[in-house]
Amino acid sequence: MKIGLFIPCYIEQFYPNVGVATLELLEKLGLEVEYPLDQTCCGQPMANSGCENDSFATTRLFKENFKNFDYIVGPSGSCVLHIKEHAHLDNVFELCEFLTDIVKVNSFEKIFSRKVGLHVSCHGQRGLGLAQSSEIVGEDYSKMRNLLDKIKGLDLIELERKDECCGFGGTFAVAEEAVSVKMGKDRIKDHIAHEAEILTGGDMSCLMHLEGLINRQGNSIKVMHIAEILNQAM
Amino acid sequence: MNHPKAAAEFNKDEAKTEWHDKALWFVRKKRDIATHGIPEWEQLREEASAIKANVLSNLDNYLIEFEKNAQSNGIKVHWAKNAKEHNRIVHEILKAKGVKKLVKSKSMLTEECHLNPYLEKNGMEVIDTDLGERIVQLAKEPPSHIVLPAIHKRKEEVGEIFHEHIGTEKGASDPQYLTTSARNHLREKFLKADAAITGVNFAMAETGGVVVCTNEGNADLGVNMTPLHIACMGVEKIIPQLKHLSVFLRILARSATGQAITTYSSHFQKPKPGSEMHIVIVDNGRSEQLGREDFRKSLNCIRCGACMNTCPVYRRSGGHSYGYTVPGPIGSILSPGKDLKEHSTLPFASSLCGSCSAVCPVKIDIHTQLYKWRQIIAKEGHLAPSKKMGMKVMGYVFTKPKLYRTLGKIARNSLSVLPRFMIYNKFNVWGKARELPKPPKESFRDWYLKNRPKRN
Repeated sequence: MKIGLFIPCYIEQFYPNVGVATLELLEKLGLEVEYPLDQTCCGQPMANSGCENDSFATTRLFKENFKNFDYIVGPSGSCVLHIKEHAHLDNVFELCEFLTDIVKVNSFEKIFSRKVGLHVSCHGQRGLGLAQSSEIVGEDYSKMRNLLDKIKGLDLIELERKDECCGFGGTFAVAEEAVSVKMGKDRIKDHIAHEAEILTGGDMSCLMHLEGLINRQGNSIKVMHIAEILNQAM
Repeated sequence: MNHPKAAAEFNKDEAKTEWHDKALWFVRKKRDIATHGIPEWEQLREEASAIKANVLSNLDNYLIEFEKNAQSNGIKVHWAKNAKEHNRIVHEILKAKGVKKLVKSKSMLTEECHLNPYLEKNGMEVIDTDLGERIVQLAKEPPSHIVLPAIHKRKEEVGEIFHEHIGTEKGASDPQYLTTSARNHLREKFLKADAAITGVNFAMAETGGVVVCTNEGNADLGVNMTPLHIACMGVEKIIPQLKHLSVFLRILARSATGQAITTYSSHFQKPKPGSEMHIVIVDNGRSEQLGREDFRKSLNCIRCGACMNTCPVYRRSGGHSYGYTVPGPIGSILSPGKDLKEHSTLPFASSLCGSCSAVCPVKIDIHTQLYKWRQIIAKEGHLAPSKKMGMKVMGYVFTKPKLYRTLGKIARNSLSVLPRFMIYNKFNVWGKARELPKPPKESFRDWYLKNRPKRN
């Protein structure tokens, strides 16, 4: 099983640690992982801004870069969803989805004794179906939660609003700055009110927005991508 | 209308924004309790959506069937191509009967057609009898929500409006006192009215009757106390048979307010003895929307308002920030079809979180339609030139891996060496309230090349 490691552009440039954690985690599981060196972006920023035409070549380049892999795995529900919907690839997986459905990870070795709040990204949840949305009537499940629950010592807090959007939304964060910021502040408040020490999630873009607010406000809550927690515990 | 501007204005009062958000979230939670109590909820949504798909595919036939059956019940049926025709028809019916005062129960269609100002200009008194609608009518504002028209007003503000217009005590804000006063005030208006206008929630082709759902009974009161009833409906309100109503009545109130059913589901099938009943069937852009394959499904809408209550943007920007009769996510996919330029910011007033589509009881793919309107808005040249150019440049850079890496490096280096004022200034919208990520020394790729050398 040959895995192509998909590290979204903003993670590649600004959050290399998340890429490293993803790679190390997959390697610890004994998987053969390769990072295609000429990858850039999935095309989502242009497409979601209405400029789909400016995104097609980027998405084509993505397909070219990843054509020789059995699976494509990336630590971002949003970018993976975009590739799924617009590059029409069915072998692309968000990290937690891959660990749950393909690798079927059952246990983590190490202890991670922290109180953690899980921010579920909308594209991962409603788009990829990584967790049951609160709007839908049916059995509750969450692939991310399931993984975190397997880690000894990790105390996953309950939130008042378990799947409200953080307000990042790509260019929305800038185009609708006021609402975006308010949405982010409200998400952080929910985590702090429930005494989370660490705010985690499967999408670094949501976390970049929330961390930006946390750092400006000088809050002590720490932001970690879920890959970093899983890798530390593995 | 510029949504981000209006939304920023709304957010200046952070406490009120929080109050507005919580008030609507409370309704969303009530909706969750009501729907999660029904194991077959998702099946109901599927059925409702399927019935609507059938209706939209056979709309012409159902409308003709409805007209025929309504006429044989003694109802006069009128057809209006647009808002102007609708207003003229309603006015002519009223004028012929010498109506001076009329009462109206909730109808988003008459809001859409701006019927009230039209009739007032023609010397008639129009009283909105739904409590929320009456509040905004007295405040001379449009509704900010289709089910909860005055949700943006706190009880203290309602107290002020009532003090000024219906003579309640100054400073009074007790809901019980205010609603009782409104009830007495409206009772007077009902007693003096010459005619009643209602909206229509559902019109059954099979029976030629219409159903109006209210919680206050104001539609019944108006219709039964006056000799003239005019019901105004959009063409998409048709459902084939009476039995289909059982699906819609179950989903409407649960989605709207978390009630199992509205207090009143009033059936109007024929004029009562000695009186007249008219139905005005309005197109006003609907058949055009029906012709747009990607957006046709928006006509499924039963105006429950669930997408507004769930929308994190709507809750934090208020209905008025949308500048359209139907605000929120559904309004943002309906309005561009009416005037693309005027409403060009609305499809962007969303993080595309998809909660609207998941909550919608008739399964409109709202967030997908928002995405599709964005493409049209960009194609038609209604994006800011800077944004359009920016996307073009990005689209180019991302196809040139070397250039992308060079620019990434420059960005990281500049962020680490430039003084703060050079990075955080008025041109950096992100940085108004947020820090940028702390630039790392190396990119992931650099790390990978160094640490996994044998692979390359």
